[in-house]
Amino acid sequence: MGLFDKHLAYRDAYQAIRQAGADPFNVRLDSVISPTEGMINGRPTILLGTNNYLGLTFDPEAIAASVKAVQERGTGTTGSRIANGSFEAHVELETALAKFYRRKHAMVFTTGYQANLGVLSTLVGRGDHLILDADSHASIYDGSRLGHAEVIRFRHNDPEDLYKRLRRMKDVPGERLIVVEGIYSMIGDTAPLKEIAAVKREMGGYLLVDEAHSMGVLGQNGRGLAEQEGVEDDVDFVVGTFSKSLGAIGGFCVSNLDDFEVMRVVCRPYMFTASLPPAVVSSTLVALKRLEETPELRHRLMANARRLYDGLAELGFQTGPTASPIVAITMPDQESAIGMWNMLLQNGVYLNLALPPATPDSRPLLRTSVSAAHTDEQIEKVLSVFAEVGAALGIIDTQRKRVSA
Amino acid sequence: MKAVTDLTLREIGIAASSVLGRTVEVADETHIGRDLQVDSLALMNIIMELEDAFDISIPLDRLASVETAGDLSNLIKDLRNKG
Repeated sequence: MGLFDKHLAYRDAYQAIRQAGADPFNVRLDSVISPTEGMINGRPTILLGTNNYLGLTFDPEAIAASVKAVQERGTGTTGSRIANGSFEAHVELETALAKFYRRKHAMVFTTGYQANLGVLSTLVGRGDHLILDADSHASIYDGSRLGHAEVIRFRHNDPEDLYKRLRRMKDVPGERLIVVEGIYSMIGDTAPLKEIAAVKREMGGYLLVDEAHSMGVLGQNGRGLAEQEGVEDDVDFVVGTFSKSLGAIGGFCVSNLDDFEVMRVVCRPYMFTASLPPAVVSSTLVALKRLEETPELRHRLMANARRLYDGLAELGFQTGPTASPIVAITMPDQESAIGMWNMLLQNGVYLNLALPPATPDSRPLLRTSVSAAHTDEQIEKVLSVFAEVGAALGIIDTQRKRVSA
Repeated sequence: MKAVTDLTLREIGIAASSVLGRTVEVADETHIGRDLQVDSLALMNIIMELEDAFDISIPLDRLASVETAGDLSNLIKDLRNKG
């Protein structure tokens, strides 16, 4: 018996996937040319799965700020905030985030994953209750395991089911923290946040919304689903990331609750890890400013998303419930999903292959994420490659013609 | 396999069949992972069905010690008695 024996089934499954072509979980980019284009296997490739929603990874001002920060502050902080102190820019970023979200407090984490680990394991403890949407991201599930609260799931995007589960624990002591996401990362659907907020008001408890995929994407000012739905006052905590619309890496939590700052000395995933390096903090500050000052990026993003979503649906692919910057195509089975993914890559389109159990409903998905930086020509190219490959593999009906160009 | 007379085990069988989309029979000694081929996600979905069937909360952290259908049945009985 070896340590890895328990994982051998995964090794064999992974091996089988790799034998079908390229390795979908270890694609190598020879170079990145722009937010939407890279070189893969010596071929210019449209990047359609990078979560680079606003296309800010190559923003000249963000790059300049990053370079300046490296030169002035060095490559890393080499320690945690509690042990080695904060750089001015860490505090500046927290102030900017609090102001952006109109909240009193903001705390920055080294990754978005750690933000959920930290916040979920700290806000609720033994005797408390964590109520999660069933389709929550892995970081939410892992955060729930790091803490000591009792964990209950409710059916995905089902406020009635949430109500029922809260009612069941009506007379049980302890705090309740309800956790939902702004945009769900696999098929791009949004939470029915108005209804969920209403359930929270009726049944009591706190509400946390993970706006990782909706920050800079939804809401008139880009504050996410809570802003779009007009329920920001009902949301007690917003968690988010710098690794998507802000084009860097890092996570955060903002809140209006008194005593929030105590988290800095009790939240282990905040305390026991090195803080974000100066280059990342500085580019994020510029990207946040860009997000706030350039609503056109959001409009452009949604127009691109709509174009891709409608185009794929018109071709006969099975897409998610709503047009959002995450457009997922449900595939009939794993073999066709892997085959299609490989052929798309060979034809210069790179997107994400998502396999169960990481997907809802145990169906394989081809997951795309659109960027404001995609050009009309790129979206058209993607649609024509999808048409060709989908027809070649018999996934779409070849008789079906696109109505508009 | 002997007929399942235990009501809790019977409900576990119904919940598992519903989530897995195939008929499964369970007994006390049925190993949930090995015998039923249930992964962690399917198990959580089975738990959700059972919460509704018995109108109770089954916190996920209580599943750490559950390996067999009998373990799960005992957990449910325990939670029902508590309520």
